[in-house]
Formats: sequence, structure tokens, C-alpha cells
Amino acid sequence: MTTAMNSQDGMNKQNGGAVASEDLVDLKCVFERPKSLSDKPFHYCPGCSHGTYHRLIAEMIDEFGFMDNTVGICPVGCAVFAYEYFETDMIEASHGRAPAVATGVKRALPDRFVFTYQGDGDLASIGMGEIIHAAARGERITVFFVNNGIFGMTGGQMAPTSLIGQRTTTSVQGRDPRTTGHPIKVCELLSSLEGVAYLARVALTSPKNINTCRKYMRKAIRAQTEDVGLGLVEVLSPCPVQWGMSPGDALHHIEEDVVKEFPPGEFVDKLAGPVKA
Amino acid sequence: MPAKMQLTKGNEALAMGAIAGGCDCFFGYPITPQNEVPEVLSYELPKRGRVFVQAESEVASINMVYGAAAAGKRAMTSSSSPGVSLMMEGLSYIACAELPCLIVNVMRGGPGLGSITPSQGDYFQACKGGGHGDYHSIVLAPWNVQEMYEFPALAFELADRYRCPAMLLADGVLGAMMEPAEISDDAPPPNVPEKPWATNGRNGRAHKNVVNSLVIDPYGLRDHNLKLQAKYKAMECETRWDTRDVDDAEILVVAYGISARLALSGCKLARKQGIKAGLLRPITLFPFPSKQIAECATNKKRILVVELSAGQMVEDVRLAVNGKVPVDFYGEMGGVIPSPAEVCEKIVEAAR
Repeated sequence: MTTAMNSQDGMNKQNGGAVASEDLVDLKCVFERPKSLSDKPFHYCPGCSHGTYHRLIAEMIDEFGFMDNTVGICPVGCAVFAYEYFETDMIEASHGRAPAVATGVKRALPDRFVFTYQGDGDLASIGMGEIIHAAARGERITVFFVNNGIFGMTGGQMAPTSLIGQRTTTSVQGRDPRTTGHPIKVCELLSSLEGVAYLARVALTSPKNINTCRKYMRKAIRAQTEDVGLGLVEVLSPCPVQWGMSPGDALHHIEEDVVKEFPPGEFVDKLAGPVKA
Repeated sequence: MPAKMQLTKGNEALAMGAIAGGCDCFFGYPITPQNEVPEVLSYELPKRGRVFVQAESEVASINMVYGAAAAGKRAMTSSSSPGVSLMMEGLSYIACAELPCLIVNVMRGGPGLGSITPSQGDYFQACKGGGHGDYHSIVLAPWNVQEMYEFPALAFELADRYRCPAMLLADGVLGAMMEPAEISDDAPPPNVPEKPWATNGRNGRAHKNVVNSLVIDPYGLRDHNLKLQAKYKAMECETRWDTRDVDDAEILVVAYGISARLALSGCKLARKQGIKAGLLRPITLFPFPSKQIAECATNKKRILVVELSAGQMVEDVRLAVNGKVPVDFYGEMGGVIPSPAEVCEKIVEAAR
């Protein structure tokens, strides 16, 4: 089905939902909801960083002035309802196929900004073929990749990105590399492909890292808009509910353990250099 | 250059027909016996400023079609039986999301890897949905190279009209054979309807568009299914069929695609032996010409259905006549193609 959605009803977008009254007229607005983010409340669990990443994407779309020019592709998984949260045109893909759907959109409409939003089950398991070939072709698309090392929505099963020894509902004794292999490192894997223009990984665990993530996202977007190739930013994200940890412990777990398997940083950067504002 | 009669291979005619039908984007993966389709389009589409992508798999192909169709373009893919099987999940999404597009299946022998020889073993898959859930594609069955050229445009037109996938169901004979057909290299662009639902960037639109096949509310999904079913009912007016020598016939032969060509020759041979046989050829396999078959069958002694399968369309013919006329079946499988004489023999048997 195709739907025309308007979730701005009843909200004053200029004030980001803040109360607009005569008394407050002199106050300066220092923080507001990005215009590309809808006012639909997130359905995500406490401590999850899907909401953070959504907001960052919306900030970027606003910053680049792309709200009227964007087509986003949603995954299957926890972010399956992502089309509810952005004010841009959105397409819901089947599990793992977002890079193929994005290829269809981008080839059909080369002047639009096209992004996919994908989890690690979606991108690194069932959709590995599509992301590798989209990267190999150098599709001018931007991939926002969320790696939380588990199948969240289906109830906490092992993912290709689960750590060795990680307990999940399909590896209750802990992930055994003898029978289930080792974690797949997507950035390292894709970095050998010439079509990739920008690749980076960051842990979404602190304000500092969130700022780093913004920096990486700008480059991943420029990889597309400057016609260089595919851009991808992988965020290491907590899943406190399926990890069986408190939100705080989950962030510590990323900073202590997950980054050892998935080292943060920039892997590929073929951009000419920073663009002066 | 106006259309001119030229000796053309079926797959090449189909490719040129896709261009004439306004195909903006083609996505496909090589598989025999349809390889001339992507080969011709890989050359002809880019030089017209249109899109050709060789995908990494049929799974990727159908999802690229999904994306380009969602963007409001006339998008298509072409494949053969095993490849089309791989597309069925995507086709179900496309049908639920109500996106118009064209899928070509130049059928080969199955099941499994089967063979590369002609078959009509994918009738059920094409006409009964094929993927998961309750949905249909419009299915067109050409029987000569001329229709291989003309049907892509018709398929795009019907797909746009009903916002559904359309399938062109051919077979290895039609794809590989050459015969004269009227083909144009520069047909005028077709009229394509506005697509205000397309996810092509808001560009000033007051609301965002969403293309989706997820309806989590049971009543919502039920209502969406009812809407789809109403659409399939409304499509019945698009039913197309052809008849040859049926008025005085005692034996009615029902066949589609290449089988109908063979069956028509079989009917002519039978008439030489004094047996009045006529042909009814379904052109749309969905919607299926059930009423037309039932009407045509009223004064017939028997019906003979001829297919390159173990008997698939014959089930729909039996449903159409609902026991009022006996229905015989003659099928070959695995790429074996019956001769007109063999079809004639079956007609003679039926007439006894």
C-alpha cells in the first residue's frame, strides 16, 4: 500500500512542540526537534540508541536541506517502523534488501538523496549479498547501519555480529565459534571494495561520540552528493533488553568489550577534504 | 522510423517492445533462455537515457524493480523459471504495496534446475500469486513474436491502471524462435498516468509518501486485503482471449502460448480427417476467461486442454465448465514439445 502521511497535525513545528505563549516570546529557541523528524513517539525500548540515530539522521537531512529531496529505505527489524519517524518520503523494504531497493530509487532518480537504515541482522546476515554488491557497484547511496550484535525484534537471537561467548536465545551457552563462526566486521569487509567512498564506525555511547558520529555522517552523505560512491556509517548500539543489562551497563559493555571486536574509526575516506561552509 | 516487418527473435522483440512500452528502468540477472532480453536492453536503454542494471541476483533484481516502481518509473525485470521463483517474496511485497511493474518469465523446464528447454510449468506460480499471501498479478501470454513485441506495452498500461504487477508469461520456444514481426525502433512514448503516490522526494508536496506492505493491525490488514480482492474482481473487464473455428466445432481445444500454436495446427489436421475442432486461446491467464470458456463450451462434445505441463491451466478450465462438459488433458513436460500430429491424435481420441 502507499500512504500519504502527515504527522505534523496539531504540532507547531517551528517551536518543536514547545508551548508558544505570549510570555515566552522573548526566549531564544536553543534546541528543537529537527523538521525532518516527525512528532510520532518512538516505540524503542529504554536505553536503545535507534532513537538517537534517527534524530541524528533527521538533523543531517535538515542541515543539508534535503527534506524535500530525500527517499529513505527502512529495514525489517526493530526499526521496521522508521517510516513513521521521518518527514521524508519513505519505502519499507523486505529483510536485507534495502540496498537493492535504494539502487532502484537512485538509478531512477539520480538527483534525490537516498539512504537506507539497516540493522545487523538485516545488513550483515540476510542482506549481505545486497550490501556487498551495492558497495561494489559504488551505488551513490548512504547507509546508516546499526550494529547491536543481536536480533532485537524477534526476541534476542544470535546475529552474525554477536560476540564470541555472547549468550542469546539461540546460543544459550554463549556463541561458540566452532559451530557458529566469528563476528562479521562489516566495515573491514567492505573496505576492500573500490565502489566504497566512505566507511566509518562509531560507538553511540557518549555526547562526544555522538558528535563524532555527526562528523562521520556528513562525510557519508557527501560521498553520495559529491558522486564519489557508497557511504556507510556503522554505529555500535546498545540493546539492554536483549542483552539482559541495564542501559548504563550496556553502554559500559560497548566501551569495554564490543569496541575490542569492532574498533571504531574511519576505514575508507575518498572525499577530497572538508567542504568550507 | 515507422514500424517495419522484420525477421526477429522473440526475446529481442520483447526487449524492443519494453522500450516501446516506456520501460524507464530494467534490472535483471542472466538466465537461459531469456538472455537476449537483458543483452538488447543493456545496449538500447542507456543510449536512450534510460536505466539498465545487471543485478547480483534475481532477489536483488526484483527489489530494484520495487524501488524504481516506488519512485514512479516504469520498471521491469526478465528471468526464467528458477529465477522467477527467487523473485516471489519481492513480488508479494510489490502486490501488497500496489506498485505497477512488469515481470517477464520465459519459462523453462522444471522443477529444480530442470532444463533450459521450453515449458509451461509455472502457470500456477504466475496465476495463483506465487509468493506468500492472497494476491495476483495480471498475466499475459503471448503466442507469437508479434505479441512478444506488443505485450510489454499492454502489461505496463494495465499495471499502471490497476497499480499491480503484470507478468508476461512466455516460454523458451517463443523466446528463441524467429519470425516476421512489425517492430519499431522509435515508437512514440506512451501516455503514462500521473503517480501522486510515488516516493520520489516531496518536492513541495504537503505530505510525505510512504510505500509499504506492513499493516500490523489485523482489521487494517483485512481491509487492505478486501481492497486488493475488489481490485482483482474489477480486473475481469480486462480479460482477453481469442477463438479460431469454434462455432461449428464439436471438440474445443483450450491452450495458451506456444501450445496454442501447436493446438491450432492440430485442429486443422483434425478437420482434414473430418473432425470439427476449434481453438480457444486465453490471452490473459489472470484474469482468466472462465465465462468465455463456459459460453464457448455449451454446445461442445468435449474439451481438450493442451499444455507443456503436468496439467495446470486444465484445473481452471474444469472450474470454468463446472462439470457440464468433459475435459481431457494432453501435456508434455521437460522440454518435450508435441507435434501437431500428436495433438491431432488426442483430438481424434476425444471425438470418439
